This record gives sequence, structure tokens and C-alpha cells, in this order.
Amino acid sequence: MTTRYNFAYLDEQTKRMIRRAVLKAVAVPGYQVPFGSREMPLSYGWGTGGVQVTASVIGPDDVLKVIDQGADDTTNAVSIRRFFARTTGVATTTSTEAATLIQTRHRIPETPLREGQILVLQVPIPEPLRWLEPREAETRKMHALEEYGVMYVRLYEDITRHGKVAQTYEYPVMVDGRYLMRPSPIPKFDNPKLDRSPALLLFGAGREKRIYAIPPWTRVKSLDFDDHPFEVEHWDRACDLCGAQGAFLDELIVDDKGGRLFICSDTDYCARRRPAGEPGPGA
Amino acid sequence: MSAMVDEPPLLSVRGLGKRYGAQLGCRDIGFDLWPGEVLGVVGESGSGKTTVLDCLSGRVAADGGRVAYAKADGTVVDVLRLDEAARRRLLRTEWGVVHQHARDGLRMGVSAGANVGERLMALGARHYGRVRGRALDWLARVEIGEDRIDDLPETFSGGMQQRLQIARNLVTEPRLVLMDEPTGGLDVSVQARLLDLLRGLVEDLGLSAVIVTHDLAVARLLAHRLLVMRGGEVVESGLTDQVLDDPQHPYAQLLVSSVLQP
Repeated sequence: MTTRYNFAYLDEQTKRMIRRAVLKAVAVPGYQVPFGSREMPLSYGWGTGGVQVTASVIGPDDVLKVIDQGADDTTNAVSIRRFFARTTGVATTTSTEAATLIQTRHRIPETPLREGQILVLQVPIPEPLRWLEPREAETRKMHALEEYGVMYVRLYEDITRHGKVAQTYEYPVMVDGRYLMRPSPIPKFDNPKLDRSPALLLFGAGREKRIYAIPPWTRVKSLDFDDHPFEVEHWDRACDLCGAQGAFLDELIVDDKGGRLFICSDTDYCARRRPAGEPGPGA
Repeated sequence: MSAMVDEPPLLSVRGLGKRYGAQLGCRDIGFDLWPGEVLGVVGESGSGKTTVLDCLSGRVAADGGRVAYAKADGTVVDVLRLDEAARRRLLRTEWGVVHQHARDGLRMGVSAGANVGERLMALGARHYGRVRGRALDWLARVEIGEDRIDDLPETFSGGMQQRLQIARNLVTEPRLVLMDEPTGGLDVSVQARLLDLLRGLVEDLGLSAVIVTHDLAVARLLAHRLLVMRGGEVVESGLTDQVLDDPQHPYAQLLVSSVLQP
């Protein structure tokens, strides 16, 4: 470390400000708390919100894991992990079980989270009503008055056009029966993991300057109709590398003859299911 | 109407006023609306008709006055002094607003069925099949074919859009409907059918309504009583026939005599 940064990059006053927003978010589950988002040494859309939340809650004893698209070894995950390793000196890991603090984009790990862990999600657009109501003042009012009928209009329209709700990611949820929430762009496959999660879930949107939270064991319900219940996506095949059934699979094109693999998007989960270093049956 | 004399008025307006800066919107408006009654507000463009309606619905904030509304549960509330949550709830449940331009009252980006179902879903309907069933039912009542339920309002004619807007409001069976020029911009034969439809619905549902119109023929067909407005004030009021056949105020006389007879 040639340049000396404050622990976790942010100055202490900023961290206190963000912690206050986090505390308020935990106190009012699903409510979007405005905060004074700072310039970070990475561009908007790369996880500035998540990085600020992580920087504010991380301590010297934490063990950090960073995921991007379920993988520990993609550019963004590597960069953010290295950023915190350099500015805090905390231990990092790729193991979901070993981590105390996990920053993620797009996925919640397949390995069940446990009590005491914190999952920080990077959020591009926090407002669930954004594409239905353009006025920010009006969406806040709609949250305040619990006017969520228009979200059902959207689900109705999906079912009418496609026979089912076509939304496959950032599928809207009700948190603790009160606030409508957009669960960052996780696939709806991960929505059931939000419900009564033993871990604390924190959401940070840097550009939109909002923080929201799902405290442990909070009820989280994915919106649906009585006669069109919420369903997650499923695959008719197992992971080609580790043989996992019922995990979220990525499709990978492996040659120019149409060859393809379906593999777990959670690299840590997949690697742990395979004997060390061995490729799976499909590889 | 005589059977209803013991009932309190549904809506009792006193001293309602609104200024837009130096410009007068309306001044000292007062009237009572009884259950099952249709009140017409007539007058030329700029006479303050729409301002009155907008003050009632809360679309613009009135400067002063009192709008006492007798709710379904019997309590009387002053609509101008309700907090916003209660006012918006009232507008979703017991009131309906039909705008002059259907685009103001419809969601143009979603299907007709979703438009009709929105109020139901806002009030907690969570069964797709039943919402759709009610939407079909209401589309039929406003004479829109059931094969059009999944079409966007944009593909509808002006008259159909207006009827869709009416269905969208009436689906939750409101007690009071505020209508701003419901037949504006429609050709005469379409107007006639819409008027027939409205008359039927008002009678079937026992609706009360305040209808703003510049068209005296519309007022004669729909309204039981009339307010004639000019320059932001009510210059004459009374039973529709009485006002239209024997106007007293010079302006009302002018208005009535200005109607073209084909």
C-alpha cells in the first residue's frame, strides 16, 4: 500500500452517515432511505452503492466474498475484492460458508446463508414503480399510501399477453406486508431465498442514492395472483460440470458447431461439488 | 326524488372559490347534490366549470369553501380538508372521475381489460380470472365487444375510449361520478349513443353525478338540475327544464338562444 487510505477507503464521517441510513433501512424493512452517495473510484453501474454499504459495515475481523453474476472470478468481483483487500487488509474468500460479508450482483449464493452473515446487493434502479410512474414525488406518495394497484396492472398485462408473468429478474416483492421492493436484478429464481432469510440483506444504489434492507427473518412475498401463483424457473437438466439438480444454470456456447454447456452460475457452489480440479461429466 | 327528502344531500358545496394568481377561477360556488341526482354545470368556455370540478376532485386545491360529502358509512367529511391519503382513497372507492380527454383518464400503454381491472386490483382483488371476468362484464355494459379486451386503448375510436373510461370508473360501483365534457370531441351519432348509455347506467346504478358540459342538449338529456356559470360565478340554477325553457338571467337567456336548431 503506497498511498494511505482510511480503513475501507471512505472517511469516518461518511461511514457514519451511511450507517445511519442502513439502521433506518433495517428499522423500516423495504423502505428506500435516501443517503449522500459519494463519488467512488469506479463508475456508476459497477457497484458504487454496494461498495459504499460494504465499506461502511466492514470491520477488520470480517471475511469478504464478492460475486458478480454468481462468479468469484469475473472482472468486477476481482476488482472489488482487491479494492477492499488493499484498503482494509481483511481476509477474502470465495467460500460462501467462510464469508461473514458478501457483496453481490445478480445472484444470491446457492449455499444457504446463515445467521450473522451480511449480504450486500448492488442495485441499479431501486424504485419498483419506476417504469410505471415517471414522477419521483408521485412514487414516494404511492409508497407512503400503499397504492400498489398499478404493479398488479403490470402483472395482469403480462399474464394477458404471455400467459404468465414475464418478469424474470428483479421480480417485485412485498416486504413485511408493507413496502413494495425491487430486489435488484437477481433472477426470480433467487426470490424465495429473500423470504425469512437468516442473513441480513442490504441493498445499495449509488447513482440513485438509496439504501434499503431486509432484516433477518422478514417475510418477503413475491407478487402474484391467486390463480397464477409465483413460480421460479427450472431446468430439465443438471449442471454439466457438477451434476447439480435445481441450481441456477448458465448456458455457455463452447464451439462454433452449436455445442453448449449448462453450468451452475454460482462458481463456488459448483467447484465445491466437484472432486478437486476435475472437470465434470459434460466437459 | 320525493321519496328521498329525509336523506341528507350526498354532496353539499358552500363558498367554493379558486384563484389562479390574479385570474379568477371560480367564486362562491354553492349547491347540494342529492343521492341519485345528476347535476349539470353549463356555461361557455372559460366560465369556470372545469375549475369547479377540479376543486371537487382535488386535482387543483381550492382556496376556500366547504365540500361536505356523506360517505357510504353515514359520516360526513369535508373533502377539502381530508388528508391526502383519505382523499385519494375516496377517489378510488366512492368517487369516479371521467376526464374530457380519454387519454387523461386511461392508461394508454396497457390493454382495455387492465384499464378496467386497475381499480379492482388497487382495492385488493388478487384473482386474475375474476378481475378479467369483471372487466368482460363491464366492457359488455358499455358496449365494447369482448374480443377487444386485450387490445390497447390506442386502437379504439374516440367514443370507445370514452366508454372504456366510464367502465374503468364504474367497475368499483362508485356513488358519485364527476364528468368533464364526457361527449366532447365525439360526433353526434356517437354522442347520442354515449348519452343513452350514460342515462341507462345512472338509472341502473342509482349514481349521483356532476356533469360539466358546454352542450345544452347534453345537459337536457342527462341532468336533473342545472347550474349556469359565467365569469367564475353561478348566475342561475334550477331544474333543467325550468332553466332551459324559461331562463331568467340575461346570460342564461343568451346561452339558451345561442343554440343552433338544425
